[in-house]
Amino acid sequence: MIRHQLPAIIIVAPFIMAILTNLIGLWSRSACYYAALFTAGVSLFSSIGILDTVISTGKISYRLGGWEPPWGIEYLVDHLNAYMLVIVTLIAFLSILYSYRFAEKDMPARIPQFYSLMLLLLTGLIGMTITGDAFNLYVLIEITSIACYALIAKGDDKSPLASFNYLIIGTAGACLYLIGVGYLYILTGSLNMADLTNLLPKVYHTKALLAAFFFFIVGIAIKMAFFPLHGWLPNAYNHSPDSVSAFMAGTVTKVCAYVLIRVMFTIFQPQYSLSIVPILPLLGWLSVGAMLYGCILALAQRELKNIFSYLIIAEVGYIVVGISTATKIGFTGSVLHILNDAIMMACLFFTAGAIAYKTGAKTIDDVKGIHKKMPLTTAGFTVGAVSVVGVPPTCGFFSKWYLLLGTIHSGEYHYTAGLLLSSLLCAIVLYRVLQSMYSQNNEISTKNDEAPATMLFPIYVTVFAILIIGFISGNIISTVIDKTIPIGFR
Amino acid sequence: MQIIESTTPILIVTVSLIGAILIALTGERNRNLREFLTILVAGIKFVLVFSMVELILKGSVITYTAFQITDKLSIAFKVDALGILFALTASFLWIITSFYSIGYMRGNNEKKQTRFYVCFAIALSATMGVAMSANLFTTFVFYEIITISTFPLVAHKGTPEALAGAKKYLTFLLATSIAFQLTAVIMTYNYAGTIDFSNKGILEGKASDSIITIMFILYMAGIAKAAMMPFHGWLPAAMVAPTPVSALLHAVAVVKTGVFVVVKVVLHIFGVDLLQRLGLGVALGYVASFTIIMASVVALTQDNLKRRLAYSTVGQLSYIVLGVSLLTTSGIAGSIMHITLHAFGKITLFFTAGAIYVVLHKTEVSQLAGIGRQMPFTMAAFTIGSLSMIGTPPLGGFISKWYILVGAVQAHELFFIVVLSISTILNACYFLPIVYSAFFKEPSHDNHHGGHHHNDHHDTCLEGKHIFLVAPLVLTAIGALTAFLFSGYLFDLVSIVLKGVR
Repeated sequence: MIRHQLPAIIIVAPFIMAILTNLIGLWSRSACYYAALFTAGVSLFSSIGILDTVISTGKISYRLGGWEPPWGIEYLVDHLNAYMLVIVTLIAFLSILYSYRFAEKDMPARIPQFYSLMLLLLTGLIGMTITGDAFNLYVLIEITSIACYALIAKGDDKSPLASFNYLIIGTAGACLYLIGVGYLYILTGSLNMADLTNLLPKVYHTKALLAAFFFFIVGIAIKMAFFPLHGWLPNAYNHSPDSVSAFMAGTVTKVCAYVLIRVMFTIFQPQYSLSIVPILPLLGWLSVGAMLYGCILALAQRELKNIFSYLIIAEVGYIVVGISTATKIGFTGSVLHILNDAIMMACLFFTAGAIAYKTGAKTIDDVKGIHKKMPLTTAGFTVGAVSVVGVPPTCGFFSKWYLLLGTIHSGEYHYTAGLLLSSLLCAIVLYRVLQSMYSQNNEISTKNDEAPATMLFPIYVTVFAILIIGFISGNIISTVIDKTIPIGFR
Repeated sequence: MQIIESTTPILIVTVSLIGAILIALTGERNRNLREFLTILVAGIKFVLVFSMVELILKGSVITYTAFQITDKLSIAFKVDALGILFALTASFLWIITSFYSIGYMRGNNEKKQTRFYVCFAIALSATMGVAMSANLFTTFVFYEIITISTFPLVAHKGTPEALAGAKKYLTFLLATSIAFQLTAVIMTYNYAGTIDFSNKGILEGKASDSIITIMFILYMAGIAKAAMMPFHGWLPAAMVAPTPVSALLHAVAVVKTGVFVVVKVVLHIFGVDLLQRLGLGVALGYVASFTIIMASVVALTQDNLKRRLAYSTVGQLSYIVLGVSLLTTSGIAGSIMHITLHAFGKITLFFTAGAIYVVLHKTEVSQLAGIGRQMPFTMAAFTIGSLSMIGTPPLGGFISKWYILVGAVQAHELFFIVVLSISTILNACYFLPIVYSAFFKEPSHDNHHGGHHHNDHHDTCLEGKHIFLVAPLVLTAIGALTAFLFSGYLFDLVSIVLKGVR
């Protein structure tokens, strides 16, 4: 019976625990960590259970509190949601595991609040992924964002400014989304996504719907840091505490990319986004811009986390370019890249954080010769970096393979060129970091001083995933991703 | 043709991966065990490869699918005559190189020897993967693993020059393979619907002529390991690596992977008939000819012995490309045989360069006057190696050059015959003076860098203490000699390849 309640447990557990950690903190601070970890574990197992159910029985519809849609909130879980849930909860679990020493070191007095926010962020992300209600989605976007603002502001000296900047831009994005929802409600009187799918075709010709569509796209583009609306991201991630930047880097933009897919192909039927409003070429060109801009700007950075932040902007471009080819194979690449990118970025930010924790090194010059001191961490980073470049047999190669195939299949060779050029730029960016890490440095002590186990374990889970996902990608595609492809894709 | 399902190919690939792990675990603590493991793994690998030869000679093909990623995409192996020839050559020479490495690394007191042996084993695994791959996807995956695993070997010394060389190495190989080769592979997949190698090619009638031409150009630009100009710059840069690396990887495994993939793509992706119809073979032949002449001219100007050898390799690799681009039976036969026959000659030359460096600390051609007296066996081997490069009978290099020349006649391309003749003369011009000055000139005292050697040592043989260095190079020199006599066996394998493609 518990299996039927998983869609509720997965979100209620972190939400309740987000409140409870504050109380638990009064009794014991370290207990907060274990409580948060346990809750993330529960969510992870629930998400695996949900994915398993979806694969074996198909779509799940869960009515929160038993209220009938379209009035009550409906959780609609199909293959895409279930897949995203596993990604989000996995990264969350690893990040909370990883944060143990950081919380102890950076904010000993605020551990309960820290874990409360982490769980709130997790709640928001899970909610965004699982909800089948357009307005509810807005609420959860805001919950996610508010948790992010607060967590970012706990970082270094510049973090309050970065957080404030993000708050202003992020709120604008959420507002645009909300306006879009408002239009839809006025036009149809419904907020339920499945309901909207059926109601909207009657008003496809109206200018009001066109406006709503663009409000949605622009709003989500801001939230997912899609070029040229990415301005908030580098500073926000760079100055955020090391313990949370991996969590946010691995999930937030990816979940927003999921929301984009939902809006474009579920709320609006695929034919609207494909033929009535031909927005895909625009998105495609912008994502080529994102891929090149992100990599070029990454070349100009010295701080590790800043470099990776710009790479995320490029990676968002990768995800969108696959969608904008309007081919099955390109879309497969995009969805696969959501998974791969989440894991790779978590790996990069985890290792950068571990290095900063042990040595205080933050820039390319600081990490010179670090491989002597932290060989395992550096090796983990190397695998992550190689995967970002897209060298086989790491997972980054496999999603890039499908993306390239999609761009060629659709005949959009400028996307192909963009992808390849950006891969090469990525290689240069990460080569510089690796060269510094593996170079000789007599100033640094050569004594082996490895990161603690709570950091190494998450790093090596991601490394293992990077090495293994490529080989099982065929299974992932045939059991999950194939079922997520919108109708009308070639 | 009989198709046999067998796990031998995957064993061949994994045995040196397991070896790499064992070597890493043994480490610096027990050097003898570590090096014994290297030789053991090399030996097992060769035996495994050799065990397939009989079946292949009977005309069978051995297949194995390691990972089925999607229904059309898999890591799969298919061992045919062409593949086994390359695999045999590389795995046999690995055994000899392993002994040589011991002599070189210990004699030179190199640092990080464990990393050296580990990367070496991984690179050889990947080379076998390319040799036995059943489709372009598998080829590409192993091709990239070779690039990555050999990078630490090139950067081995860790000096600024080594790092600069390694950077150039990685830039050339990674950039061309991602930008051009991957695009070409994906285009092939898109148009042909498959990327499995097939005897007659898979692209005939699948795409317009202009698309096929573009793909051909992308392939040839993307396989930079074949070191065709203008994508040859990485090979001289890679000479900063320790000599065993230059010898096995940058004269045999890595570069031969490049030309092997070129041959595979020409014969098994495009197919002889298609290329003949589009006239692309001749175009490729002209690029190869340009490379052959230019590389020989540049080699003349190099004073550093290893760099001179590197440019010689660039030229010799283009012999292989030229041979296959003729698209005639003899041309293809010569090209395939040159993969093996050039390997024996060139590895001998690199071994001697390394031995001279370890024993006398000399690296420049101009310092080699009179060293024939100190290192008679080494310089004798050098002589044999360079005669094989020039292509004089009774050495291996003569056989393959003969076939390529016959191929050029068959194709009615007299221009290529002129190119080969000029190249032969140039080869003689940059190799024979070294032999002459080593044996007949008086050692010049000014250039003598090894301060600890006294003048009266100039006539004493110094090779006795370096048996691990000298024995391998004598062996490979003998190999280059006997290859001439036993080339009939080689031709048995080659004729199976030819039967398939014509």
